[in-house]
Amino acid sequence: MKYIISTLLTLAIVVGIASTVQAKRGSDGQLNLVYWQAPSTMNPNLSGGTKELEASSVVLEPLGRYDETGNLLPWLAEEIPTVSNGGISKDLTTITWKIKKGIKWSDGSALTADDAVFTYEYCSNPDTGCTQSNYWSDIKSVTAVNSVTVKVEFTVPKPFPYAPFVGYNAPILQKAQFDGCQGAKAQECNKQNFYPIGTGPFKVVDFKPNDVIVFEANPNYRDASKPAFNKLVLKGGGDAVSAARAVLETGEMDYGWNLQVEPEILIQMEKAGKGKVVSAFGTSVERLMVNFTNPDPSLGDMRSEYVGGNNNRNSHPYLSDYNVRRALSLAIDRQVLVDAGYGKAGKIGCNVLPAPAIYASSANDECKTPNVAEANRLLDAAGWKRGSDGIRKKNGVRISILYQTSTNSVRQASQALIKEMWKQIGVETELRNLSASVFFGGDVGSPDTYQKFFTDIEMYTNNFSGTDPQTYMSNWTCKEMAQKSNKWGGNNMPRWCSPAYDALSAEMSVTSAMKDRIRLTKEMNDMLMEDYAMIPLIHRGDVSAHSNSISGVRMNPWDSELWNIADWTRK
Amino acid sequence: MIHYILRRTLIAIPTLLVISFIIFAILDLAPNDPTGNLPMTVPPEVRAKIRSSLGLDEPMHIRFGLWLVQFCVNEPLNILYEGFGISIGDAENRTRIISWSTRSPVVDLIIQRTPQTLWVVGLSYLFGILIAIPIGIVSAYRQYSWFDQVGTFISMVGFSVPTFFTGMVAIIIFSVQLRWFPMIYDTTLEVDSWQNFVSQVKQMIMPVAVLALYNASQLSRFMRASILDNLNLDYVRTARSKGLSERVVLLIHVLRNSLIPVVTVIALGVPAVFGGAIITEQVFKVNGIGQLVYHRSAGATICPWSTPWHLSLPFSS
Repeated sequence: MKYIISTLLTLAIVVGIASTVQAKRGSDGQLNLVYWQAPSTMNPNLSGGTKELEASSVVLEPLGRYDETGNLLPWLAEEIPTVSNGGISKDLTTITWKIKKGIKWSDGSALTADDAVFTYEYCSNPDTGCTQSNYWSDIKSVTAVNSVTVKVEFTVPKPFPYAPFVGYNAPILQKAQFDGCQGAKAQECNKQNFYPIGTGPFKVVDFKPNDVIVFEANPNYRDASKPAFNKLVLKGGGDAVSAARAVLETGEMDYGWNLQVEPEILIQMEKAGKGKVVSAFGTSVERLMVNFTNPDPSLGDMRSEYVGGNNNRNSHPYLSDYNVRRALSLAIDRQVLVDAGYGKAGKIGCNVLPAPAIYASSANDECKTPNVAEANRLLDAAGWKRGSDGIRKKNGVRISILYQTSTNSVRQASQALIKEMWKQIGVETELRNLSASVFFGGDVGSPDTYQKFFTDIEMYTNNFSGTDPQTYMSNWTCKEMAQKSNKWGGNNMPRWCSPAYDALSAEMSVTSAMKDRIRLTKEMNDMLMEDYAMIPLIHRGDVSAHSNSISGVRMNPWDSELWNIADWTRK
Repeated sequence: MIHYILRRTLIAIPTLLVISFIIFAILDLAPNDPTGNLPMTVPPEVRAKIRSSLGLDEPMHIRFGLWLVQFCVNEPLNILYEGFGISIGDAENRTRIISWSTRSPVVDLIIQRTPQTLWVVGLSYLFGILIAIPIGIVSAYRQYSWFDQVGTFISMVGFSVPTFFTGMVAIIIFSVQLRWFPMIYDTTLEVDSWQNFVSQVKQMIMPVAVLALYNASQLSRFMRASILDNLNLDYVRTARSKGLSERVVLLIHVLRNSLIPVVTVIALGVPAVFGGAIITEQVFKVNGIGQLVYHRSAGATICPWSTPWHLSLPFSS
């Protein structure tokens, strides 16, 4: 009897262990991803596109990265340095990272602090043409204290020093591989740019630019049981609809990225039962920019220029009236825009800073319900009287808006809807759309860029990467105003200027305590919203889809969607 | 004859120069910017650096001159070196045109993508011809018969319905509903066994069929018209009055003479085979030249290679 019991016990233990042991490395075969925008390189430093960042994130890894809730996790580092654990100096000018022990590159050599130092040198070299160089700004030096410790010294106090070596924008390159590829040479190092050696769960075996990337499980990956797949194929090309179809209807692909598809089509496809649509909301907000300066073409050089200190002397004929701006916002039924163009990929947006959740303000929720009657009352009270054509007028100024955005079917649909909504409050709207490469092109010679903003209203989406809003919120300070003097290089397109806002922004740049940063951010957001410097419309999310047979997908708006691909398995 | 060829070739040189200059100027004057598609989080200073690293701050005539040297001298030598291993001068370090989006030499990309295009577009052209000629003959010989009516209808549909539509319909019917063929062209597939050969054939059927329909409808109309022109001519009457069988009259006398204009049309379409099929390749995700052109134009890249290529591209297919 005793014997039987002990045998049973042993059996139970064996079974128990067997069921807790995860799938062995490579036991789940091949994983197919479809990225309809095909990656063109594997070096994130030579590309500004998200598609390349995503593709390279399964190979190249940073010291710290964000999980799907926006928490910073130590990735190749032992822990996240903070002021309290001594990783960040008291004066906020240095941060010291410790690399985890035993991390190996896929070629078997060890990851050291020299690789990290090299990565900084590589990207900060002006001849490299590094597209991620803003992640390496304000750095005085990056030094290897010993083989596993990297120290970054900043030229200014950095209350949030988690840009270098954090997230998929700033992963570590292998020094041995990229040594000859710095500066102007960077562009010519094909082999290196297409086949970077990394520490991630996969390594590149075949790269066909703008077409397909084939990966194999990295034999030297730090977790011996991961990844569950021995082969990863990332196919590019086609369009969003066919990518969605390949995942949701035919099941040829396991994961489809960035499925910007009309909501009803996606719902229809999901009914086939092969896969699931997932979305994640980051910081993207589709918003209307309100021009505070006069864009009248007859002004010539003074078009949309901000004149005068804190008191704009070239103000917009009607948008400088607070009542008009507020009425324009009140008249918009945002739910209609969400349903028409976004579906699962959008929510009503009432803030320019909608996320991370800790920073999101709830003071502007009024915008969730449209109020045409109140908008009309405001305009009547402010003296804007309807003319014989139904359009409001005051002192000879008609409210006739020229409203521009980039060419894109969803945007044009939103434009048409908003035009109708504004008609109800006696506002005339002329719509205009420009090719994205012109509108976002930044050509100083072109009058049609979003920076010049030679119209009354313009619409686009902006966001910031990472989770810290400091730089983003400083976009609307007075010195950021985009105009002739800075060759329209600023980020303050509305040319909205407030000394009180500038003071908050300055305070933010020297505050490190989290609760104060949250308070300041909310105050700044509310200030912009309450003065209608921008009219937010939609909090935009990313939509992807995965096959029902894949588990472990944790859609992440703060980092690569493939950030935890090592944990994905097939059911 | 040699004189004639020589003279025509010499005349072509200034023409090509002028054309290339005009295209270069148009692309240059367009308010387009290769950094325009970068995300908004990339600051303007970084954009400016990227533009200057691309040489975009040089004046236009200098850039055109550099492009000419590159295109007429360096790149042909590069092709010799890459394709055939013949090196003239310092082959290793010669400047190469680098693609802005992939940072790799454009010639390599074209060499990598040409086989797929030749297979898919070339086969579709071949099948198109093989289908079009018999249809054209029968349609003309039995003019206004039910066969002619059906043929006319199908060729009108094939010619006027764009390939992105026929492609989508084919995908929905054969991939989504019937599950006969894959909707995504697997470009990593290597034909090394019968099984892989079958998969290769399976994945090529839809793109080839869609393009073949388009090509065949065009050619069959030419074929039909040309035969109709000939059928009423005197030599046909003579042949018939000599007592030759209808078969001989049609397939030997008429067909031979009718093929002359059709062969010209077929020859004019051959450069398009090298240019790839922009839309069809994109719909079926075939990594051919057409898809490459699509990516380049979407990214506002002034790709010098695409200049002569654009001149001969079938924009509708």
